Amino acid sequence: MDITSRSLISLEGLDRNDILGLLRQAFTFEAQPNSKILDGKVVATLFFEPSTRTRLSFETAVNRLGGKVIGFSDAATTSSSKGETLKDTIMMVSNYADLIIMRHYLEGAAKYASEVSPVPIINAGDGANQHPSQTMLDLYSMLKTQGRLDNLEILLVGDLKYGRTVHSMLTAMRFFNPTFHFISPEELKMPAEYKEFCRENHIGFTEHSDFNEKVIANADIIYMTRVQRERFTDLMEYERVKDSFILHNDMLANTKPNLRILHPLPRVNEISQDVDSNPKAYYFQQAKNGLFVREALICNALNLL
Amino acid sequence: MEKKNKSEQLVAAIENGTVIDHIPSDKVFDVVNLLGLTSIATPITIGANLSSHKMGSKGIIKIADRYFSEEECSKLSVIAPNIVLNIIRSYEVIEKKAIPMPDEIKGIVRCCNPMCITNHEPMQTVFHVVDKSSGTLRCRYCGKDIPKNEVKLF
Repeated sequence: MDITSRSLISLEGLDRNDILGLLRQAFTFEAQPNSKILDGKVVATLFFEPSTRTRLSFETAVNRLGGKVIGFSDAATTSSSKGETLKDTIMMVSNYADLIIMRHYLEGAAKYASEVSPVPIINAGDGANQHPSQTMLDLYSMLKTQGRLDNLEILLVGDLKYGRTVHSMLTAMRFFNPTFHFISPEELKMPAEYKEFCRENHIGFTEHSDFNEKVIANADIIYMTRVQRERFTDLMEYERVKDSFILHNDMLANTKPNLRILHPLPRVNEISQDVDSNPKAYYFQQAKNGLFVREALICNALNLL
Repeated sequence: MEKKNKSEQLVAAIENGTVIDHIPSDKVFDVVNLLGLTSIATPITIGANLSSHKMGSKGIIKIADRYFSEEECSKLSVIAPNIVLNIIRSYEVIEKKAIPMPDEIKGIVRCCNPMCITNHEPMQTVFHVVDKSSGTLRCRYCGKDIPKNEVKLF
């Protein structure tokens, strides 16, 4: 097999069986998260843009599988701050590592790295573009809590315009016949091209501008995202809507028993603290699931599964 | 037919070279720049705002003693997809080349996304032509779509 083709840059190239296969592997790692399968392997984590959560999750995954980690968490301390090209950094690091996991602030950086690198690349986020491991752990969390990915009723709430996690979810869920509800302020509505994508792939969706008990009554999954002040061109509009897309515990009284609440984290105030103790809150377990999913993605990239 | 003969009289025939026909009138000088015609020493005739049955108004450029490579031609398809290249030898049109839009365009178009890696690394841009009729391009790296009227060349 051509090793470079094992890079994971986005989920677009994966079909239903690829996705379910990786999720099955993640279940195996959840049952037994520690092993020596990466014994003798060196994995580089190159974080040109800071990210505590994703980096720690990937590095924990390598450590728990017996591999060694090299890398950096701040590009300011590397030669890229001296003007070194991404290509040169990748070529240099690929001399030392069997796999490169990278986050970069520029869109398309991971794709380009995968074209120049002799070792596989896992994209841990490239600007506003792709973040495939986050989407895989979102899918894993849905599969784990619902027992299926098919025919789910999913509410996407908050920033649907800039939120890459909600866009990636549409792409990945196209194989599973979901029904989506898009709930957002007017300024942060789901962009037209993604609605067109849903139509082309026969994905049902409804848009809402109100977030209340009624719209969440039939949901299997509520996927919350942050409504960020800096996304608004009209700050008056932000002040008007900022408290309208917050999930409170009393809204959950008449929801379905199987409902689970997801959030890619970090949360600010879009989920009230009083939701945390509700058994339907799942966002902290969701983050934990990232470890098992990333163990599967790393082993898949190294052709060890 | 009479109209066509008149418009042909407006631009002199060439013995050998290339006649670029069916250029949208507002793209004539883009074609001049794209092919670097300002630095060519052989005779060039440029006609703009000529009447055309198909297009209403069109431009035409005749370049003596000069032929163009496939790469140079593909550049033209980005800004003017329906133009026709007539290859002239001894005053005869020996070949008419339409310029179909390629599936992929490498190196000549700049990505309009300032956060795209291609605007920061010394690398070649690559665009997939997602819709040949509208001329919409999609960046291979950042995935952004560029409508035809926003295409910027290097």
